[in-house]
Amino acid sequence: MSEPILEASNLSKNFNGFHAVNNVSLRIEQGTIHALIGANGAGKTTCFNLLSKFLAPSSGRIRLKGRDITRFRPDRVARLGLVRSFQLSAVFASLTALENVGLALQRRRGESFDFWRSTRKLDDNRARAEELLDAVGLADDHHTLAAELPYGRKRALELATTLGKDPEVMLLDEPTAGMATEDVGHITRLIREVARGRTVVMVEHNLGVVSELCDRITVLARGEILVEGDYDTVARDERVIESYIGGGGHA
Amino acid sequence: MQTALRLVAVLALAALLAVPLFPQIVYPVFVMQTLCFMLFACAFNLLLGHTGILSFGHAAFLGSGAYITGYCAKFLALPAELSILAGTLTGAALGAVFGALAIRRSGIYLAMITLAMSQLVYFFYLQAPFTGAEDGMQQIPRGTLFGLLDLHNDVTLYYVVFATIAGGLWVVWRTVNSPFGAVLRAIREHEPRAISLGYPVARYKVVVFTLSAGLSGLAGSMKAIIFQLAALNDVHWHTSGDVVLMTLLGGMNTVFGPAAGALLVSALTRYLDPFGAWVTVVIGVVFMACVLVFREGIVGKLQHVLRRRPREKRQAVDREGMVRTSE
Repeated sequence: MSEPILEASNLSKNFNGFHAVNNVSLRIEQGTIHALIGANGAGKTTCFNLLSKFLAPSSGRIRLKGRDITRFRPDRVARLGLVRSFQLSAVFASLTALENVGLALQRRRGESFDFWRSTRKLDDNRARAEELLDAVGLADDHHTLAAELPYGRKRALELATTLGKDPEVMLLDEPTAGMATEDVGHITRLIREVARGRTVVMVEHNLGVVSELCDRITVLARGEILVEGDYDTVARDERVIESYIGGGGHA
Repeated sequence: MQTALRLVAVLALAALLAVPLFPQIVYPVFVMQTLCFMLFACAFNLLLGHTGILSFGHAAFLGSGAYITGYCAKFLALPAELSILAGTLTGAALGAVFGALAIRRSGIYLAMITLAMSQLVYFFYLQAPFTGAEDGMQQIPRGTLFGLLDLHNDVTLYYVVFATIAGGLWVVWRTVNSPFGAVLRAIREHEPRAISLGYPVARYKVVVFTLSAGLSGLAGSMKAIIFQLAALNDVHWHTSGDVVLMTLLGGMNTVFGPAAGALLVSALTRYLDPFGAWVTVVIGVVFMACVLVFREGIVGKLQHVLRRRPREKRQAVDREGMVRTSE
Protein backbone atom coordinates (compact mmCIF):
# COMPACT_ATOMS: atom_id res chain seq x y z
CA MET A 1 0.00 0.00 0.00
CA SER A 2 1.20 3.51 -0.76
CA GLU A 3 2.08 6.05 1.91
CA PRO A 4 -1.16 7.52 3.33
CA ILE A 5 -1.56 11.31 3.00
CA LEU A 6 -2.79 11.61 6.58
CA GLU A 7 -1.95 9.10 9.23
CA ALA A 8 -2.74 8.97 12.92
CA SER A 9 -1.13 6.39 15.10
CA ASN A 10 -2.31 5.42 18.58
CA LEU A 11 -4.00 8.76 19.10
CA SER A 12 -5.47 9.38 22.56
CA LYS A 13 -7.05 12.34 24.26
CA ASN A 14 -7.90 12.56 27.95
CA PHE A 15 -10.04 15.25 29.46
CA ASN A 16 -9.32 15.00 33.17
CA GLY A 17 -9.35 11.24 33.12
CA PHE A 18 -12.16 10.90 30.61
CA HIS A 19 -10.89 9.07 27.53
CA ALA A 20 -12.61 10.96 24.72
CA VAL A 21 -10.39 9.28 22.14
CA ASN A 22 -8.51 6.14 23.00
CA ASN A 23 -5.73 4.62 20.94
CA VAL A 24 -7.18 5.47 17.52
CA SER A 25 -5.12 4.77 14.44
CA LEU A 26 -6.26 6.00 11.04
CA ARG A 27 -4.77 5.78 7.56
CA ILE A 28 -6.33 8.19 5.12
CA GLU A 29 -5.36 7.34 1.56
CA GLN A 30 -4.76 10.07 -0.97
CA GLY A 31 -7.77 10.88 -3.15
CA THR A 32 -10.35 9.08 -1.04
CA ILE A 33 -13.37 10.30 0.87
CA HIS A 34 -13.20 8.89 4.35
CA ALA A 35 -16.05 9.11 6.87
CA LEU A 36 -15.95 9.04 10.64
CA ILE A 37 -19.28 7.93 12.02
CA GLY A 38 -20.58 6.87 15.39
CA ALA A 39 -23.17 7.72 18.00
CA ASN A 40 -23.11 10.97 19.93
CA GLY A 41 -20.16 11.10 22.28
CA ALA A 42 -18.23 8.47 20.31
CA GLY A 43 -15.30 10.87 19.92
CA LYS A 44 -15.74 11.91 16.29
CA THR A 45 -15.44 15.61 16.87
CA THR A 46 -12.55 15.21 19.30
CA CYS A 47 -10.81 13.06 16.70
CA PHE A 48 -11.41 15.80 14.19
CA ASN A 49 -10.03 18.48 16.46
CA LEU A 50 -6.95 16.33 17.01
CA LEU A 51 -6.36 15.79 13.30
CA SER A 52 -6.71 19.51 12.54
CA LYS A 53 -4.52 20.30 15.57
CA PHE A 54 -7.18 22.41 17.30
CA LEU A 55 -6.57 20.07 20.21
CA ALA A 56 -3.23 18.61 21.26
CA PRO A 57 -3.30 14.82 21.70
CA SER A 58 -2.43 13.30 25.07
CA SER A 59 -0.44 10.69 23.24
CA GLY A 60 0.09 9.33 19.73
CA ARG A 61 1.43 10.81 16.51
CA ILE A 62 -0.06 12.47 13.44
CA ARG A 63 1.68 12.57 10.07
CA LEU A 64 0.62 14.67 7.10
CA LYS A 65 2.25 13.83 3.78
CA GLY A 66 4.89 11.88 5.69
CA ARG A 67 5.70 14.82 7.94
CA ASP A 68 5.19 14.65 11.68
CA ILE A 69 2.70 17.40 12.59
CA THR A 70 1.95 16.26 16.14
CA ARG A 71 3.42 19.43 17.66
CA PHE A 72 2.35 21.92 14.98
CA ARG A 73 -0.05 24.78 15.57
CA PRO A 74 -3.39 24.63 13.73
CA ASP A 75 -2.70 27.63 11.48
CA ARG A 76 0.54 26.02 10.30
CA VAL A 77 -1.22 22.76 9.52
CA ALA A 78 -3.71 24.78 7.49
CA ARG A 79 -0.87 26.35 5.50
CA LEU A 80 0.49 22.87 4.82
CA GLY A 81 -2.74 22.03 3.01
CA LEU A 82 -5.04 20.53 5.61
CA VAL A 83 -8.09 22.78 6.02
CA ARG A 84 -11.05 22.03 8.24
CA SER A 85 -14.63 23.25 8.39
CA PHE A 86 -16.84 23.53 11.46
CA GLN A 87 -20.00 21.88 12.69
CA LEU A 88 -21.98 25.10 12.80
CA SER A 89 -21.56 27.14 9.68
CA ALA A 90 -18.41 29.15 10.20
CA VAL A 91 -18.68 32.27 8.09
CA PHE A 92 -17.54 35.83 8.76
CA ALA A 93 -21.04 37.14 9.41
CA SER A 94 -20.68 40.88 8.82
CA LEU A 95 -18.62 40.49 5.64
CA THR A 96 -20.01 39.88 2.17
CA ALA A 97 -19.74 36.50 0.47
CA LEU A 98 -17.00 37.87 -1.74
CA GLU A 99 -15.01 39.14 1.24
CA ASN A 100 -15.41 35.79 2.97
CA VAL A 101 -13.83 33.91 0.09
CA GLY A 102 -11.29 36.69 -0.36
CA LEU A 103 -9.93 35.97 3.10
CA ALA A 104 -9.06 32.46 2.04
CA LEU A 105 -7.27 33.72 -1.06
CA GLN A 106 -5.41 36.55 0.62
CA ARG A 107 -2.86 34.67 2.63
CA ARG A 108 -1.16 33.13 -0.36
CA ARG A 109 -0.01 36.51 -1.51
CA GLY A 110 2.00 36.77 1.69
CA GLU A 111 1.13 40.38 2.41
CA SER A 112 -1.49 40.05 5.05
CA PHE A 113 0.46 41.94 7.70
CA ASP A 114 0.72 45.00 5.47
CA PHE A 115 -1.47 47.48 7.32
CA TRP A 116 -0.11 50.32 5.17
CA ARG A 117 -1.45 48.92 1.91
CA SER A 118 -4.86 49.44 0.39
CA THR A 119 -7.34 46.58 0.13
CA ARG A 120 -7.22 47.37 -3.56
CA LYS A 121 -4.13 45.17 -3.51
CA LEU A 122 -6.55 42.29 -3.15
CA ASP A 123 -8.53 42.97 -6.30
CA ASP A 124 -6.32 40.51 -8.15
CA ASN A 125 -8.02 37.75 -6.17
CA ARG A 126 -11.46 38.90 -7.13
CA ALA A 127 -11.91 36.88 -10.29
CA ARG A 128 -10.94 33.70 -8.49
CA ALA A 129 -13.31 34.51 -5.59
CA GLU A 130 -16.20 35.06 -8.00
CA GLU A 131 -15.41 31.81 -9.74
CA LEU A 132 -15.53 29.90 -6.45
CA LEU A 133 -18.82 31.48 -5.42
CA ASP A 134 -20.36 30.69 -8.79
CA ALA A 135 -19.17 27.10 -8.49
CA VAL A 136 -21.08 26.54 -5.25
CA GLY A 137 -24.24 28.18 -6.56
CA LEU A 138 -23.87 31.61 -4.98
CA ALA A 139 -23.67 33.53 -8.24
CA ASP A 140 -26.41 35.93 -7.14
CA ASP A 141 -25.05 36.49 -3.66
CA HIS A 142 -21.59 37.97 -4.23
CA HIS A 143 -22.42 41.12 -2.28
CA THR A 144 -24.80 39.67 0.27
CA LEU A 145 -23.63 39.77 3.86
CA ALA A 146 -22.92 36.26 5.10
CA ALA A 147 -25.26 36.85 8.05
CA GLU A 148 -28.14 37.44 5.66
CA LEU A 149 -27.68 34.17 3.77
CA PRO A 150 -30.03 31.30 4.58
CA TYR A 151 -28.42 28.35 6.36
CA GLY A 152 -27.92 26.13 3.33
CA ARG A 153 -26.14 28.89 1.48
CA LYS A 154 -23.98 29.66 4.47
CA ARG A 155 -22.69 26.11 4.29
CA ALA A 156 -22.08 26.52 0.58
CA LEU A 157 -20.18 29.74 1.28
CA GLU A 158 -18.12 27.96 3.90
CA LEU A 159 -17.24 25.30 1.37
CA ALA A 160 -16.24 27.93 -1.19
CA THR A 161 -14.03 29.58 1.43
CA THR A 162 -12.36 26.27 2.30
CA LEU A 163 -11.76 25.67 -1.40
CA GLY A 164 -10.13 29.07 -1.63
CA LYS A 165 -7.21 27.59 0.27
CA ASP A 166 -6.98 24.92 -2.42
CA PRO A 167 -6.44 22.28 0.28
CA GLU A 168 -5.02 18.85 -0.40
CA VAL A 169 -6.93 17.46 2.55
CA MET A 170 -10.30 18.78 3.64
CA LEU A 171 -11.78 17.92 7.00
CA LEU A 172 -15.53 18.51 6.91
CA ASP A 173 -17.33 18.47 10.25
CA GLU A 174 -20.95 17.41 9.64
CA PRO A 175 -21.36 19.32 6.38
CA THR A 176 -25.09 18.51 6.16
CA ALA A 177 -26.04 19.00 9.82
CA GLY A 178 -29.26 20.95 10.30
CA MET A 179 -30.07 21.12 6.60
CA ALA A 180 -33.33 20.72 4.75
CA THR A 181 -33.52 17.66 2.47
CA GLU A 182 -33.06 19.45 -0.85
CA ASP A 183 -30.03 21.30 0.52
CA VAL A 184 -28.49 18.00 1.62
CA GLY A 185 -28.65 16.79 -1.98
CA HIS A 186 -27.11 20.04 -3.19
CA ILE A 187 -24.21 19.92 -0.72
CA THR A 188 -23.62 16.20 -1.37
CA ARG A 189 -23.23 16.89 -5.08
CA LEU A 190 -20.94 19.81 -4.31
CA ILE A 191 -18.70 17.74 -2.07
CA ARG A 192 -18.43 15.05 -4.69
CA GLU A 193 -17.41 17.64 -7.25
CA VAL A 194 -14.83 19.43 -5.14
CA ALA A 195 -13.40 16.18 -3.78
CA ARG A 196 -11.96 15.40 -7.18
CA GLY A 197 -8.19 15.43 -6.86
CA ARG A 198 -8.38 15.99 -3.11
CA THR A 199 -8.66 13.92 0.01
CA VAL A 200 -11.68 14.39 2.24
CA VAL A 201 -12.30 13.28 5.79
CA MET A 202 -15.80 13.93 7.04
CA VAL A 203 -17.80 13.46 10.18
CA GLU A 204 -21.37 12.78 9.13
CA HIS A 205 -24.55 11.61 10.77
CA ASN A 206 -26.57 11.23 7.61
CA LEU A 207 -25.87 7.64 6.51
CA GLY A 208 -27.44 8.33 3.13
CA VAL A 209 -24.77 10.93 2.43
CA VAL A 210 -22.07 8.59 3.74
CA SER A 211 -23.15 5.71 1.54
CA GLU A 212 -23.32 7.95 -1.49
CA LEU A 213 -19.97 9.70 -1.05
CA CYS A 214 -17.52 7.76 1.03
CA ASP A 215 -14.96 5.20 -0.06
CA ARG A 216 -14.05 4.17 3.42
CA ILE A 217 -15.78 4.42 6.76
CA THR A 218 -14.45 4.29 10.30
CA VAL A 219 -17.00 3.66 13.03
CA LEU A 220 -16.11 5.03 16.44
CA ALA A 221 -17.71 4.00 19.71
CA ARG A 222 -16.74 5.34 23.11
CA GLY A 223 -13.52 6.78 21.80
CA GLU A 224 -12.30 3.64 20.08
CA ILE A 225 -12.47 2.24 16.59
CA LEU A 226 -15.26 -0.30 16.30
CA VAL A 227 -15.07 -1.24 12.64
CA GLU A 228 -13.44 0.09 9.52
CA GLY A 229 -14.21 -0.73 5.91
CA ASP A 230 -16.41 0.21 2.96
CA TYR A 231 -20.09 0.97 3.40
CA ASP A 232 -21.36 -2.56 2.85
CA THR A 233 -18.93 -4.07 5.33
CA VAL A 234 -19.78 -1.51 7.94
CA ALA A 235 -23.53 -1.56 7.40
CA ARG A 236 -23.66 -5.34 7.84
CA ASP A 237 -21.56 -5.40 10.98
CA GLU A 238 -23.64 -6.37 13.99
CA ARG A 239 -21.62 -4.33 16.44
CA VAL A 240 -22.28 -1.22 14.37
CA ILE A 241 -25.98 -1.87 14.24
CA GLU A 242 -26.03 -2.44 17.95
CA SER A 243 -23.93 0.62 18.66
CA TYR A 244 -26.25 2.79 16.61
CA ILE A 245 -29.44 1.40 18.05
CA GLY A 246 -28.05 1.24 21.56
CA GLY A 247 -26.83 4.83 21.18
CA GLY A 248 -23.32 3.87 22.28
CA GLY A 249 -24.68 2.76 25.67
CA HIS A 250 -23.31 0.12 28.00
CA ALA A 251 -21.99 -2.93 26.19
CA MET B 1 -26.34 60.62 0.83
CA GLN B 2 -22.61 60.16 0.53
CA THR B 3 -22.29 63.73 -0.76
CA ALA B 4 -24.06 65.03 2.36
CA LEU B 5 -21.54 63.22 4.55
CA ARG B 6 -18.67 64.50 2.46
CA LEU B 7 -19.97 68.07 2.72
CA VAL B 8 -20.12 67.79 6.50
CA ALA B 9 -16.57 66.42 6.55
CA VAL B 10 -15.26 69.27 4.38
CA LEU B 11 -17.00 71.89 6.55
CA ALA B 12 -15.62 70.30 9.72
CA LEU B 13 -12.14 70.28 8.22
CA ALA B 14 -12.42 73.94 7.21
CA ALA B 15 -13.65 74.83 10.70
CA LEU B 16 -10.74 72.95 12.29
CA LEU B 17 -8.23 74.72 10.06
CA ALA B 18 -9.76 78.09 10.95
CA VAL B 19 -9.63 77.55 14.73
CA PRO B 20 -6.43 79.52 15.46
CA LEU B 21 -7.85 82.54 13.60
CA PHE B 22 -10.79 82.87 15.98
CA PRO B 23 -9.46 82.15 19.47
CA GLN B 24 -12.29 84.21 20.96
CA ILE B 25 -14.90 81.74 19.65
CA VAL B 26 -13.25 78.47 20.57
CA TYR B 27 -10.18 77.97 22.71
CA PRO B 28 -7.44 76.39 20.53
CA VAL B 29 -5.94 74.44 23.44
CA PHE B 30 -9.30 72.81 24.01
CA VAL B 31 -9.49 71.85 20.33
CA MET B 32 -5.97 70.43 20.42
CA GLN B 33 -6.77 68.38 23.51
CA THR B 34 -9.89 67.08 21.81
CA LEU B 35 -7.87 66.15 18.72
CA CYS B 36 -5.57 64.08 20.92
CA PHE B 37 -8.53 62.25 22.45
CA MET B 38 -9.94 61.67 18.97
CA LEU B 39 -6.78 59.88 17.91
CA PHE B 40 -6.67 58.02 21.23
CA ALA B 41 -10.24 56.75 20.79
CA CYS B 42 -9.83 55.77 17.14
CA ALA B 43 -6.58 53.93 17.96
CA PHE B 44 -8.27 52.16 20.84
CA ASN B 45 -11.06 51.11 18.51
CA LEU B 46 -8.60 49.24 16.28
CA LEU B 47 -8.75 46.67 19.06
CA LEU B 48 -12.33 46.93 20.29
CA GLY B 49 -14.29 47.51 17.12
CA HIS B 50 -12.08 46.06 14.44
CA THR B 51 -10.51 43.05 16.17
CA GLY B 52 -13.02 42.41 18.96
CA ILE B 53 -10.54 42.81 21.82
CA LEU B 54 -11.51 44.88 24.87
CA SER B 55 -8.44 46.45 26.44
CA PHE B 56 -9.01 48.14 29.74
CA GLY B 57 -5.53 49.52 30.12
CA HIS B 58 -5.11 52.00 27.31
CA ALA B 59 -4.36 54.86 29.69
CA ALA B 60 -0.97 53.23 30.23
CA PHE B 61 -0.07 53.92 26.59
CA LEU B 62 -1.45 57.47 26.54
CA GLY B 63 0.24 58.28 29.84
CA SER B 64 3.56 56.69 28.89
CA GLY B 65 3.57 58.72 25.69
CA ALA B 66 3.11 61.87 27.75
CA TYR B 67 5.66 61.06 30.46
CA ILE B 68 8.38 59.80 28.14
CA THR B 69 7.98 62.74 25.77
CA GLY B 70 8.15 65.05 28.79
CA TYR B 71 11.19 63.27 30.17
CA CYS B 72 13.05 63.46 26.85
CA ALA B 73 12.21 67.12 26.29
CA LYS B 74 12.80 68.30 29.84
CA PHE B 75 15.65 66.18 31.22
CA LEU B 76 17.44 65.01 28.08
CA ALA B 77 16.79 68.27 26.21
CA LEU B 78 15.96 66.37 23.06
CA PRO B 79 14.27 68.25 20.20
CA ALA B 80 10.47 67.99 20.00
CA GLU B 81 10.37 65.49 17.12
CA LEU B 82 12.65 63.02 18.91
CA SER B 83 10.76 63.41 22.18
CA ILE B 84 7.47 62.71 20.45
CA LEU B 85 8.99 59.75 18.63
CA ALA B 86 10.32 58.36 21.93
CA GLY B 87 6.87 58.69 23.53
CA THR B 88 5.21 56.97 20.60
CA LEU B 89 7.72 54.12 20.53
CA THR B 90 7.41 53.62 24.28
CA GLY B 91 3.65 53.32 23.86
CA ALA B 92 4.15 50.80 21.07
CA ALA B 93 6.69 48.74 23.02
CA LEU B 94 4.46 48.67 26.06
CA GLY B 95 1.59 47.64 23.79
CA ALA B 96 3.61 44.73 22.45
CA VAL B 97 4.27 43.53 26.02
CA PHE B 98 0.64 44.02 27.13
CA GLY B 99 -0.56 42.31 23.97
CA ALA B 100 1.76 39.33 24.18
CA LEU B 101 0.65 38.62 27.73
CA ALA B 102 -3.03 39.54 27.53
CA ILE B 103 -4.01 37.65 24.37
CA ARG B 104 -3.45 34.36 26.13
CA ARG B 105 -6.93 34.97 27.49
CA SER B 106 -10.00 36.50 25.93
CA GLY B 107 -13.03 38.58 26.85
CA ILE B 108 -13.32 39.81 30.41
CA TYR B 109 -10.12 38.02 31.50
CA LEU B 110 -8.14 39.80 28.83
CA ALA B 111 -9.62 43.12 30.00
CA MET B 112 -8.62 42.32 33.59
CA ILE B 113 -5.05 41.49 32.59
CA THR B 114 -4.68 44.79 30.73
CA LEU B 115 -6.19 46.64 33.71
CA ALA B 116 -3.75 44.96 36.09
CA MET B 117 -0.77 45.81 33.91
CA SER B 118 -1.90 49.40 33.45
CA GLN B 119 -2.11 49.71 37.24
CA LEU B 120 1.51 48.56 37.45
CA VAL B 121 2.40 51.30 34.99
CA TYR B 122 0.36 53.82 37.02
CA PHE B 123 2.26 53.04 40.20
CA PHE B 124 5.53 53.22 38.36
CA TYR B 125 4.78 56.81 37.31
CA LEU B 126 3.50 57.62 40.80
CA GLN B 127 6.78 56.47 42.38
CA ALA B 128 9.40 57.20 39.76
CA PRO B 129 11.68 60.09 40.75
CA PHE B 130 11.32 62.07 37.51
CA THR B 131 7.52 62.29 37.29
CA GLY B 132 6.70 64.72 40.09
CA ALA B 133 4.19 62.21 41.51
CA GLU B 134 0.83 63.89 42.27
CA ASP B 135 2.01 67.26 40.96
CA GLY B 136 2.78 65.78 37.56
CA MET B 137 5.74 66.61 35.38
CA GLN B 138 5.52 70.34 34.83
CA GLN B 139 7.11 72.90 32.55
CA ILE B 140 7.89 70.52 29.75
CA PRO B 141 9.59 72.66 27.08
CA ARG B 142 7.84 72.68 23.72
CA GLY B 143 11.02 73.34 21.79
CA THR B 144 11.20 73.56 18.03
CA LEU B 145 10.22 70.92 15.53
CA PHE B 146 13.03 69.84 13.16
CA GLY B 147 14.82 73.02 14.28
CA LEU B 148 12.43 75.00 12.09
CA LEU B 149 9.00 75.31 13.61
CA ASP B 150 8.87 77.14 16.93
CA LEU B 151 6.21 75.38 18.98
CA HIS B 152 5.98 78.24 21.46
CA ASN B 153 4.01 80.03 18.78
CA ASP B 154 0.42 78.97 19.43
CA VAL B 155 -0.61 79.06 15.79
CA THR B 156 2.37 76.95 14.69
CA LEU B 157 1.71 74.54 17.52
CA TYR B 158 -1.92 74.23 16.49
CA TYR B 159 -1.13 73.32 12.90
CA VAL B 160 1.60 70.88 13.93
CA VAL B 161 -0.82 69.14 16.28
CA PHE B 162 -3.51 69.16 13.63
CA ALA B 163 -1.21 67.62 11.01
CA THR B 164 0.15 64.99 13.40
CA ILE B 165 -3.27 63.88 14.59
CA ALA B 166 -4.54 63.83 11.00
CA GLY B 167 -1.57 61.62 10.11
CA GLY B 168 -2.37 59.31 13.03
CA LEU B 169 -6.00 59.07 12.00
CA TRP B 170 -4.92 58.31 8.45
CA VAL B 171 -2.87 55.37 9.75
CA VAL B 172 -5.97 54.09 11.56
CA TRP B 173 -8.07 54.42 8.41
CA ARG B 174 -5.40 52.77 6.29
CA THR B 175 -5.06 49.88 8.73
CA VAL B 176 -8.78 49.20 8.77
CA ASN B 177 -8.91 49.26 4.97
CA SER B 178 -5.88 47.08 4.35
CA PRO B 179 -5.34 43.35 3.82
CA PHE B 180 -4.23 43.30 7.47
CA GLY B 181 -7.51 44.93 8.50
CA ALA B 182 -9.45 42.29 6.58
CA VAL B 183 -7.75 39.58 8.64
CA LEU B 184 -8.55 41.49 11.84
CA ARG B 185 -12.22 41.47 10.88
CA ALA B 186 -12.02 37.74 10.23
CA ILE B 187 -10.57 37.23 13.71
CA ARG B 188 -13.35 39.36 15.20
CA GLU B 189 -16.07 37.47 13.36
CA HIS B 190 -14.89 33.90 13.83
CA GLU B 191 -11.49 33.26 15.34
CA PRO B 192 -11.30 29.46 14.89
CA ARG B 193 -12.23 29.89 11.23
CA ALA B 194 -9.46 32.45 10.77
CA ILE B 195 -7.03 29.93 12.26
CA SER B 196 -8.35 27.19 10.02
CA LEU B 197 -7.62 29.42 7.03
CA GLY B 198 -3.99 29.46 8.08
CA TYR B 199 -3.73 32.82 9.85
CA PRO B 200 -1.43 32.86 12.90
CA VAL B 201 -4.03 34.74 14.93
CA ALA B 202 -1.86 35.43 17.99
CA ARG B 203 0.70 37.27 15.88
CA TYR B 204 -2.00 39.45 14.30
CA LYS B 205 -3.32 40.35 17.73
CA VAL B 206 0.09 41.39 19.01
CA VAL B 207 0.72 43.52 15.93
CA VAL B 208 -2.61 45.34 16.21
CA PHE B 209 -2.06 45.80 19.95
CA THR B 210 1.31 47.38 19.23
CA LEU B 211 -0.12 49.63 16.54
CA SER B 212 -3.03 50.75 18.69
CA ALA B 213 -0.75 51.41 21.66
CA GLY B 214 1.76 53.29 19.52
CA LEU B 215 -0.90 55.65 18.20
CA SER B 216 -2.25 56.10 21.73
CA GLY B 217 1.29 56.94 22.79
CA LEU B 218 1.46 59.52 19.99
CA ALA B 219 -1.76 61.11 21.27
CA GLY B 220 -0.24 61.27 24.77
CA SER B 221 3.02 62.73 23.45
CA MET B 222 1.18 65.53 21.68
CA LYS B 223 -0.86 66.19 24.79
CA ALA B 224 2.32 66.61 26.85
CA ILE B 225 3.69 69.12 24.35
CA ILE B 226 0.42 71.06 24.22
CA PHE B 227 -0.10 71.38 27.97
CA GLN B 228 3.62 71.26 28.82
CA LEU B 229 2.45 68.83 31.46
CA ALA B 230 2.29 65.08 31.97
CA ALA B 231 -0.02 64.18 34.81
CA LEU B 232 -1.22 61.06 36.60
CA ASN B 233 -4.69 61.62 35.09
CA ASP B 234 -3.39 60.47 31.73
CA VAL B 235 -2.30 57.12 33.10
CA HIS B 236 -5.18 56.59 35.54
CA TRP B 237 -7.70 53.83 34.91
CA HIS B 238 -10.46 56.45 34.65
CA THR B 239 -8.92 57.41 31.34
CA SER B 240 -9.00 53.76 30.23
CA GLY B 241 -12.71 53.84 31.03
CA ASP B 242 -13.28 57.17 29.27
CA VAL B 243 -11.89 55.86 26.02
CA VAL B 244 -14.29 52.90 26.12
CA LEU B 245 -17.11 55.39 26.68
CA MET B 246 -16.02 57.63 23.79
CA THR B 247 -15.74 54.66 21.46
CA LEU B 248 -19.15 53.23 22.30
CA LEU B 249 -20.79 56.67 22.08
CA GLY B 250 -19.33 57.33 18.66
CA GLY B 251 -19.80 53.84 17.28
CA MET B 252 -17.35 50.97 17.45
CA ASN B 253 -18.21 49.58 14.04
CA THR B 254 -17.03 52.72 12.29
CA VAL B 255 -13.54 54.07 11.66
CA PHE B 256 -14.03 57.66 12.84
CA GLY B 257 -17.06 57.23 15.09
CA PRO B 258 -14.87 57.14 18.20
CA ALA B 259 -13.55 60.58 17.22
CA ALA B 260 -17.10 61.93 17.33
CA GLY B 261 -17.52 60.26 20.71
CA ALA B 262 -14.31 61.90 21.93
CA LEU B 263 -15.56 65.28 20.72
CA LEU B 264 -18.85 64.83 22.53
CA VAL B 265 -17.30 63.77 25.84
CA SER B 266 -14.65 66.46 25.59
CA ALA B 267 -17.22 69.19 24.82
CA LEU B 268 -19.59 68.09 27.57
CA THR B 269 -16.76 68.06 30.09
CA ARG B 270 -15.66 71.53 29.07
CA TYR B 271 -18.93 73.38 28.58
CA LEU B 272 -20.70 71.85 31.54
CA ASP B 273 -17.75 72.65 33.74
CA PRO B 274 -19.71 75.31 35.72
CA PHE B 275 -21.99 72.54 36.98
CA GLY B 276 -19.08 70.91 38.77
CA ALA B 277 -19.61 67.31 39.77
CA TRP B 278 -22.84 67.22 37.75
CA VAL B 279 -20.76 66.75 34.59
CA THR B 280 -20.29 63.11 35.45
CA VAL B 281 -24.00 62.69 35.94
CA VAL B 282 -24.81 64.36 32.62
CA ILE B 283 -22.27 62.24 30.74
CA GLY B 284 -23.72 59.18 32.44
CA VAL B 285 -27.22 60.09 31.29
CA VAL B 286 -26.03 60.83 27.73
CA PHE B 287 -24.27 57.49 27.67
CA MET B 288 -27.33 55.60 28.88
CA ALA B 289 -29.54 57.39 26.39
CA CYS B 290 -27.15 56.53 23.55
CA VAL B 291 -26.92 52.88 24.51
CA LEU B 292 -30.68 52.61 24.77
CA VAL B 293 -31.60 54.57 21.65
CA PHE B 294 -28.80 53.73 19.24
CA ARG B 295 -26.59 50.90 20.23
CA GLU B 296 -24.40 51.30 17.17
CA GLY B 297 -23.31 54.74 18.42
CA ILE B 298 -23.87 58.20 16.99
CA VAL B 299 -21.92 57.78 13.77
CA GLY B 300 -23.01 54.15 13.45
CA LYS B 301 -26.63 55.23 13.65
CA LEU B 302 -26.04 58.02 11.14
CA GLN B 303 -24.49 55.65 8.63
CA HIS B 304 -27.29 53.21 9.18
CA VAL B 305 -29.95 55.84 8.46
CA LEU B 306 -28.11 57.08 5.36
CA ARG B 307 -27.70 53.58 4.00
CA ARG B 308 -31.08 52.23 4.93
CA ARG B 309 -32.79 52.74 1.63
CA PRO B 310 -30.37 50.84 -0.64
CA ARG B 311 -30.10 48.02 1.88
CA GLU B 312 -33.84 47.52 2.08
CA LYS B 313 -33.93 47.19 -1.67
CA ARG B 314 -31.18 44.62 -1.61
CA GLN B 315 -32.88 42.57 1.07
CA ALA B 316 -36.04 42.42 -0.99
CA VAL B 317 -34.05 40.96 -3.87
CA ASP B 318 -32.44 38.46 -1.52
CA ARG B 319 -35.78 37.32 -0.27
CA GLU B 320 -36.89 36.50 -3.80
CA GLY B 321 -33.62 34.72 -4.46
CA MET B 322 -33.99 32.69 -1.30
CA VAL B 323 -37.14 30.97 -2.48
CA ARG B 324 -35.26 29.27 -5.25
CA THR B 325 -32.61 27.30 -3.40
CA SER B 326 -33.17 27.36 0.29
CA GLU B 327 -35.38 25.97 3.03
